[in-house]
Amino acid sequence: MSPPGRPKGEFRSAQHEGNPVSPPGRPKGEFRSAQHEGPPVSPPGRPLLEVTDLRVDYPQGRGKVFQALQGVSLHIAPGETLGLVGESGSGKTTIGKVILGQTPATAGRVLFDGEDITHAGRARRRLLGRDIQVVFQDPIGSLNPSRTIGATLAEPLLAQAALGGPRPGADEVRARIAEILERVGLPADTAARYPTQFSGGQRQRIAIARAVINRPRLVVCDEPVSALDLSVQAQVLNLLNDLQRSMHLSLLFISHDLTVVRHVSHRTVVLYQGRIVEQGDAARVHDAPEHPYTRTLLAASPVPHPTLQRQRRVQWLAARAAAAG
Amino acid sequence: MRAFLLRVLGRPLAWVALAWLAAVLVGGLGAAHFAPFDPLEQDLLAAKQWPDAAHWLGTDEIGRDVASRLLHGAWPTLLGVAQALVVAGMLGLLMGLWAGYFGGRLDSVIAQVTNLLQSMPLIIIALAVLTVFNRSMLAAMVTFGILASAGTTRVVRSAALAVRHELYIEAARISGLSDAAIIVHHVLPRIVGPVIVQLALVAAIAVLVQTGVSFLGLGVPPPAPTWGSAILDASVALIDFPWLLVPSGGVVALTILAFGVLGDSLRDSAVAAWARPVQRRARARGGDDAAARAAREAALADAPAGALLSVRGLAIATTATGPLDAPRVLVQALSLDLMPGQTLGLVGESGSGKTLSILALMGLLPPGTRVTAGVLRLARTGEAPLTLDIADEAALAALRGRQLGMIFQEPMAALDPCFTIGHHLGEVIRRHAPGTSHKAARAQAIALLEQVRIPDAADVARRYPHQVSGGMAQRVGIARALAPRPRILLADEPTTALDVTVQAEILELLRTLKQETGMSVVFVTHDWGVVADICDRAMVLYRGQVLETQDILDIFERPRHAYTAALLRANPHHAPPGQRLPTVEDTLAAMGATAA
Repeated sequence: MSPPGRPKGEFRSAQHEGNPVSPPGRPKGEFRSAQHEGPPVSPPGRPLLEVTDLRVDYPQGRGKVFQALQGVSLHIAPGETLGLVGESGSGKTTIGKVILGQTPATAGRVLFDGEDITHAGRARRRLLGRDIQVVFQDPIGSLNPSRTIGATLAEPLLAQAALGGPRPGADEVRARIAEILERVGLPADTAARYPTQFSGGQRQRIAIARAVINRPRLVVCDEPVSALDLSVQAQVLNLLNDLQRSMHLSLLFISHDLTVVRHVSHRTVVLYQGRIVEQGDAARVHDAPEHPYTRTLLAASPVPHPTLQRQRRVQWLAARAAAAG
Repeated sequence: MRAFLLRVLGRPLAWVALAWLAAVLVGGLGAAHFAPFDPLEQDLLAAKQWPDAAHWLGTDEIGRDVASRLLHGAWPTLLGVAQALVVAGMLGLLMGLWAGYFGGRLDSVIAQVTNLLQSMPLIIIALAVLTVFNRSMLAAMVTFGILASAGTTRVVRSAALAVRHELYIEAARISGLSDAAIIVHHVLPRIVGPVIVQLALVAAIAVLVQTGVSFLGLGVPPPAPTWGSAILDASVALIDFPWLLVPSGGVVALTILAFGVLGDSLRDSAVAAWARPVQRRARARGGDDAAARAAREAALADAPAGALLSVRGLAIATTATGPLDAPRVLVQALSLDLMPGQTLGLVGESGSGKTLSILALMGLLPPGTRVTAGVLRLARTGEAPLTLDIADEAALAALRGRQLGMIFQEPMAALDPCFTIGHHLGEVIRRHAPGTSHKAARAQAIALLEQVRIPDAADVARRYPHQVSGGMAQRVGIARALAPRPRILLADEPTTALDVTVQAEILELLRTLKQETGMSVVFVTHDWGVVADICDRAMVLYRGQVLETQDILDIFERPRHAYTAALLRANPHHAPPGQRLPTVEDTLAAMGATAA
C-alpha cells in the first residue's frame, strides 16, 4: 500500500495530467513507453534473457484479480547485471518468479537464450535448473536445517546427473564442493556441518555457492543482501561482483535499495505498481533520475551523513508535498 | 544413521524403554525356552498363589503360572503392534505426503477419507472384522492400522504443508530435483519428529486394542495365553485375589509407556543434530535492602543530574544450560545517559547486543539470557528519581508502558492476528486507566490512530492486522506504545523491515511525535542513514562492548574508534560503483598493518 496521503497510482496519473513534477521537455504520457527508449546500452549480440510484455494476474477470490505485472519488457545480456528496483508490491519479485517458473505468466513471453520458456513444462524446467539459478533474500529459510551443507551443495550436481548428465563420482562431488566453498570464502570443513552453526552472512555465501556450483548462466538474486548487516552486506556484494566477473554470469539483481543496485548493476530498471517507470544506465538512474517516482525513491533513502541527510529530507518533504498536490 | 543411533543410546530413558521392549520381545520369542511352566498346565492345588521361587509372578485361579502365560502372550501382542504400525505408517505417510506436498484435488479427497475413517467406531468395526475373518488377529490389527492411519495422515499432511513452500524446497525444485527426491531429502527429514511421536502413539494404542480384543475373548480363543485374557482372569478374581491385576496390567502399562518414551527419545535424537535446544527462562530478582540501594547510588554517582534515564554497568550473559557449558557474556559494562527530548542511537551489527540491551531495560530478555549486573536511574516528575537493579524484572515490569514504551522490528508479528486494531489499542488504554468504558477506550483508540496520521482511523480500528500494510502496522505499533504516554520510547529497528519510502514516512512521524509529546527515544539500528536522519547522539556497539558514544556529527566526521570508521566505509553510498567495497575486516586489517 502507499503511505497515507499518497493515493495509489499517483505517479502514473501525474504523467497524464502533466503534473509539474514530471521532467520538463518530455511529452505527456511517455513514461509508459520509456522502457522502449532507454539509453543505448544494447548488449553485444543476442540477449541471454528477454522478457516481453509480461503480465501476471494473481486471483484474489470472488473473481477479483491483482495485476502484479502489467506489461513489463526487459532484457539481460550475457555477463550483464540488471538491477530491478521497486517497493514491496511493485512486482519485482514476481518477475524473478516467472523467470524461475515459480509463477505462471498470464500473458507475455520469456525467452532464454532464444528459447521460449514462458510455459515450459516441469521436465524442461528441471533441465533449465542447470542454467538458471536463484539466491533468495532469507538466508535462514533457504537452507534445509536438517541437511549438512555438503548435502545441500551436492544437490544441483546430483539433480542434473539424474536428468541424464554425466554422473559425478563421490570424489568429484567432494572436490567440486571444496572448490566452491573456497571460492565463496568458507572453510573446507563447512561441508560436514549444519546450517544452524552459521551466521546469516555465511549462510548467504552457502546459498550463493549452491546457486553457482553448476556454473549457471543466469542467477536471479532476490534481495540477497537485504537481511544482512552492513559489513556482511559489503562482503556478499563483493562476492557477487567477483563471481559475476570470473564466471561471466548474468545477474538479475532485485532490490529495494537504489544505492546497492547502483553499486552492482550495469543497468537499472525501476518498477512501480507492476510497470516499468524508468530504466537506463545504473549510474545515470541513480545520479540523475528522470521519473518523479525514482526521484521520490531516491529522496526517501537516507544518506549516511547528518548534514547531507538534512538536505535530502528537505527534498523528500518537497517531493511528498508536490505528489500530494 | 550411526550418529543418530549413538544419540538415541546417549539417552538414559531411551535405554530403559529399549531394554524393556527388548526383554518383552526376547521373552516372547523364546517363551517356550524361558517359561518355567506350560502356560496351559493347571494345578488346582496351587491356585491363587503369591509369587515365590517357582512361580515368579504367582498363579491364577486355576493354578496356571502367570509368568509363563504372560511370556507366551508377549509375541502375539508385539506382532499385532507391528502389523498395525506398518499399515498405519505406510498408509498415513503415503496419503499425508500426497495431500500435503502435492495438494490439489486429491488433497480434498484424502481429507474426506480421513474424516470417514475417524468417524468409524473402532470397537464395532473390530467386532465385525473378527466375525467375518473368523477371529483373525491379523485382520483386526490391519483394520486398526487403517483406522489409525487417518490420524497419521493428518499429522503428516499438516507437517508437509508447513514445509512445502520453504525456500530450500523452491531452491531444490529450481535446481531440477524430482518430486520424489525432494520428498525424501527435504520433506521427510523435516517432518520425521511429529511422525515418530504419532506412530509411538499408534503403537501404544495398538497394545491396548490387542489386549482389549483378547480381553473380550474375541481374538485367539481361551485358554490360549494372551495379555488380554490374563487381564480378564485378573478382573474375574479381582475381589478375592487382586494381586493378579498387578503383573497382567503391569506389562501392558509398561509396554505402552515404553513405546511413548521411545517415541520421544527417537524424535529428540532425530532432530538433535540441527534443532536448537529448548531454553528455559531464568527468573531474576533484585535486592532492595539498604546495602543494595547504596551500591546503586555509588554506581550512578557520575550520572548527569539532568538525565531522564541513566544506565550503569549493564551486563547480559547466557544462562548455563549444563555443568560443562560456561555462560557467555553478551553485553558488558554498558552505560548510557538519555537526556530529555533526545534521540540516542544504538548502532551495531547482529550480535553486538544492541537489541538485548533495550530488551533488558524492559525486563523482557529472551529465554536463555539474563542480566548479570547493571543499575538504572529514571527521573520522575514531581518525585524522587527511581533507582533499580536491571536484573529486577518485577520492578521493571511496573515501568513498562507508562515510563518505557517499545516498538518492534516486525510490525506484523507484534500484533495478534486474532484481534482488531481497535481492540489492541483499547486493551492498552484500559490496562493503564482501569475503569475506562469500552466506548471511551474506543474513542481514545481512534484519537491515537489519528495521532499517528492514519487516515480514516475509525475504519482502520475495525480491521485486523493482516488487512493493513506493514507501514500501517508499524503506525499502529507506535500508537499502542504511545497510549500510556511513555516518556521514553525504545525503538528496536522499527523501519528495517519496511520499504524506503515507508521508512521515510515512519521516521518523519517519529520526529513529529517527539516534538508533540517531548518524549525521548532510544533507537536501535544498523543503518547509518537512519542514524543520520533521526538521532542526536549515537553509541556504537561491537560484540557486546560500547566502543564510543558521540554527538551525531562527530561520529560521522570524526569517529574515534577504528571499527566505527570501518563500518561507515563499508556502505555502498561512499564507494565507486562496481569496485570492491572495503569490508570491516579489510579496514581493520589494513589499520592493524599500519599500526604494526
